[in-house]
Amino acid sequence: MWKFIVRRLLITIPQIIILSIIVFILAQMMPGDALSGLIDPSIDPAAVEQQRERLGLNNPWYIQYVDWVGGILQGDFGQSFRFKMPVTELIGQRMVNTVLLSVVTLIFTYLIALPLGLISGRFNDTLLDQAITGYTYIGFATPLFIFSLFMLWIFGYNLGWFPTSGSVAPGTEPGTIAYWLSKVYHALLPGISIALIQVVSTVQYLRSEIIDTKQKDFIITARAKGAGEQRVYNKHIFRNSLLPIAAFFGWEITTLITGTVFVEKIFSYPGMGLLFLESITQRDFSVANSLVLLFGTAQIMGALLSDIILSIVDPRIRIK
Amino acid sequence: MAFLEVQDLQVYFPIKGGIFNRTVDHIKAVDGVSFEMEQGKTYGLVGESGSGKSTTGRAIIGLEDITSGKILFDGKDITDKKTKNKAFRKDVQMIFQDPYSSLNPRKRVLDIVAEPLRNFEKLSKQEERKRVQELLDIVNVSPDSIFKYPHEFSGGQRQRIGVARAIALKPKLIIADEPVSALDVSVQAQVLNFLKEIQSELNLTYLFISHDLGIVKHMCDNISIMYKGRYVEQGSTADIFENPQHIYTKRLIAAIPDIDPKNREKQFHNRQKVLEEYTQSYNDFFDQDGLAFQLKSISDTHRVALPQKG
Amino acid sequence: MSNELLKIKNLSTSFRIGDEYYAAVDDVTLTLNKNEVLGIVGESGSGKSALAFSIMRLHTRAKIEGEILLNNQNIVKMSTSKLNKIRGDEMAMIFQDPLTALNPLMPIGRQIEENLFLHNKKLGQQGRKKRTIELLNLVGIPRPERVYEQFPHELSGGMRQRIIIAIAIANDPELLIADEPTTALDVTIQAQILDLVRELKEKIHAGIILITHDLGVVAEMADRVAVMYAGQIVEIAPVDKLFANPLHPYTRSLLNSVPAEGQDRLHVIQGVVPTLKNLPRTGCRFAERIPWIDASHHEEHPELHEVESGHFVRCTCYEHFYFPDNKEEQANGVS
Ligand SMILES: Nc1ncnc2c1ncn2[C@@H]1O[C@H](COP(=O)(O)OP(=O)(O)OP(=O)(O)O)[C@@H](O)[C@H]1O
Ligand SMILES: Nc1ncnc2c1ncn2[C@@H]1O[C@H](COP(=O)(O)OP(=O)(O)OP(=O)(O)O)[C@@H](O)[C@H]1O
Ligand code: SF4
Ligand SMILES: [Mg+2]
Ligand SMILES: [Mg+2]
Repeated sequence: MWKFIVRRLLITIPQIIILSIIVFILAQMMPGDALSGLIDPSIDPAAVEQQRERLGLNNPWYIQYVDWVGGILQGDFGQSFRFKMPVTELIGQRMVNTVLLSVVTLIFTYLIALPLGLISGRFNDTLLDQAITGYTYIGFATPLFIFSLFMLWIFGYNLGWFPTSGSVAPGTEPGTIAYWLSKVYHALLPGISIALIQVVSTVQYLRSEIIDTKQKDFIITARAKGAGEQRVYNKHIFRNSLLPIAAFFGWEITTLITGTVFVEKIFSYPGMGLLFLESITQRDFSVANSLVLLFGTAQIMGALLSDIILSIVDPRIRIK
Repeated sequence: MAFLEVQDLQVYFPIKGGIFNRTVDHIKAVDGVSFEMEQGKTYGLVGESGSGKSTTGRAIIGLEDITSGKILFDGKDITDKKTKNKAFRKDVQMIFQDPYSSLNPRKRVLDIVAEPLRNFEKLSKQEERKRVQELLDIVNVSPDSIFKYPHEFSGGQRQRIGVARAIALKPKLIIADEPVSALDVSVQAQVLNFLKEIQSELNLTYLFISHDLGIVKHMCDNISIMYKGRYVEQGSTADIFENPQHIYTKRLIAAIPDIDPKNREKQFHNRQKVLEEYTQSYNDFFDQDGLAFQLKSISDTHRVALPQKG
Repeated sequence: MSNELLKIKNLSTSFRIGDEYYAAVDDVTLTLNKNEVLGIVGESGSGKSALAFSIMRLHTRAKIEGEILLNNQNIVKMSTSKLNKIRGDEMAMIFQDPLTALNPLMPIGRQIEENLFLHNKKLGQQGRKKRTIELLNLVGIPRPERVYEQFPHELSGGMRQRIIIAIAIANDPELLIADEPTTALDVTIQAQILDLVRELKEKIHAGIILITHDLGVVAEMADRVAVMYAGQIVEIAPVDKLFANPLHPYTRSLLNSVPAEGQDRLHVIQGVVPTLKNLPRTGCRFAERIPWIDASHHEEHPELHEVESGHFVRCTCYEHFYFPDNKEEQANGVS
């Protein structure tokens, strides 16, 4: 197993390097550079040019690339032209929110997906299963942002059960319990909205996995031992069907971190997705590029996580 | 002079390992096999699963890379894949084990059987259809079925369609890799009879791969016994069955279930005896690595893997 | 009478295809005694596995009619909880395909222990492990302590088949059903497995149903043989009688299609086993595969008749049967 994990880790290194090069090239192609965000347009161009020279912005691209990577490794993503603060600090605040939202969403996703998938797969082609499958079809057909709007409108505005914007109630003292409770409270509605829509693929996957496993020969072996229905399901079918779901986990996280852009917009939830939208509309390219780099890295790490989880739970990989 | 000659054939498969997936070792699937074939005869290749039977067959026809050794066909060296010219690919055909998966389910019988014709001969549509119908007639599948798909046929019929494809170009040598293992006895009988029939009609040579000694005995003039990539014994069918020399051959023969219930006790004791002999004399017949020794001739037709000193 | 372990009376097992049920096992009646091996032979699709699965009641969607009495308890009518007490304990089954019959994610030891756990609560953790190692030894697995912790994919086909046998015999079943236990294996391993089954019979005195399409295996193992064709038993007899004096045309055709000494052409049974839907349900099911026999000889409702003690044949017109190539005297009897 260790060999597998180490080998898998080694593969991610070139992946990340390629990603960083792509982002770097993107950044080079954008109008303006690190200075344009900082400088007052009325300053003498000659002085600017001098600054440029001093900061190494006139060096060949590979030196600039190395400088840039060096900066990132030290946590320096450059300056935000729009917010006039270091990108790192800016993203840091938003990241906490997005991670919180992801965790809430994940919890709801699994709370919904596991029972629905298990029931639907075990009692397939019953009325109950048809109801659940019906729900998954609706879920597939409904665009997430429309559904979010709908949720916001009912539970936010009409019923007033949840806050309609922001990530924390104004005036709460950071660090206190009330502060964190308020944060979770703000993440609930967007989290549930995403979960309700995103869960459908997991439900369908689990369902078909169970129906598949049910027909395997080793299930007959278990029945022939005299194992009751409950035991057959718990010890043989569910366990074996959850395996690919576990492997799904890493992917699920990345799609959450990168894929909540519009939902954050609708709920005016200050996470990384919203920041990304803002930075693009306001041409704050140093922020946008940093986010692309982060999203890409998250994607790679998610795949890595999936494979590692799979290698731990599946003996067929674990042994090698 | 021989029709097909294989000299010291080796086929190794790399075992990848370590962090960087380098080749750390080799599976010696075929480890120094030599034999000769005469035209019009049937040569049996027997051995347990994994002994390298299929790999030998596949290497001859060019489906596996040859690690070392030489293959001569009609006196010409065809070891290298590049030297396996058009004529060779026309003259040597293969029949596969599983009649259920070796035919493309999305192709009609016409297309399946005509495929080699299309590769090697330029025929008009009418000519092609006529040839295919003739071929189907030879294998006793109704020539009207050219527009049907494989799933509409039984296992035996499918295997015969596979044979029709193999003989389409009038080959000289057919490598049959367990052609009847997946079939019921009666269907098996049908295919075996049929292979014998077309053999005399077309003067075919067979390399007949099987793990069923009963069938090999029925079909073959000459039998080779393979164990862990090497031949342990080689001889005429009579040599192998009436005068087996290698302990592994003896063990294989003893393991064939006897179809007469009256021999049951005898058979059981015989098997125990052979097993005992096998355990006792194991070291006389295999080297430290558990591999067979070089073959040595003990008569004109009979060769056995015995240690050098004898 | 007291020796009788299993009695099957007029068993029919039907599968639903479209809107109708079709019988894959059709009115089968047979008995099995303690310490007896009953071989069941027939071509693929003749209903052998369907019969075995019915006895274990492993079919999920089949209509089962008739009676299956194991020690006088009717399995067909039994409650599920009672059934689960019997399955794996009084009766057990060895499956055909060693590569798929084991749970790929469960260690070998646990898979065997599951059977002990379900039927022998007194045993306890330690006792179960001890018994499992014992079983692994019994079926000839080298280094059982190591195999105990391994997973199926780490073992060869022959080893896995032994594990399946170990699971089946864990609780010393009285009835053991082996559905083609050696079909997937090499001859040398087949011989070992068959020897193992024979030893087990001596040790646990089980009644064994051995399903196979290999006539050689039957000749070596069985005390009695039932020949199945298209869901029915067409001939059933003590093994020596069946091989010395096969009567039903199907039995004789089967025997004649196995390569034997001095036979150049093998006998071929014309046509194929009909599919469930296309089975002729009236008259003789085999008639269409021996078309050269004059129609006047066929019976409307061929029934099993006892022709000599213990030897039953579904047919009266076997008296008229001959092989078309006129070598019928050669067809009579083996060797
Ligand atoms: N493409 C391959 N890559 C790696 N190893 C292979 C490959 N093909 C075959 N082998 C190995 O080579 C050995 C011989 O295989 P081969 O298929 O020739 O055996 P066989 O005698 O035909 O067995 P069987 O009766 O099971 O068909 C086996 O150990 C097999 O695992
Ligand atoms: N679950 C099922 N649903 C519908 N038809 C079935 C089912 N199981 C078996 N059959 C059909 O019943 C017939 C008997 O099948 P069965 O599996 O008992 O044959 P078998 O004698 O065991 O053959 P084999 O030697 O191939 O194992 C076949 O025609 C098969 O297609
Ligand atoms: S009716 Fe009797 S003789 Fe005629 S085919 Fe059937 S079993 Fe044979
Ligand atoms: Mg092979
Ligand atoms: Mg079966």
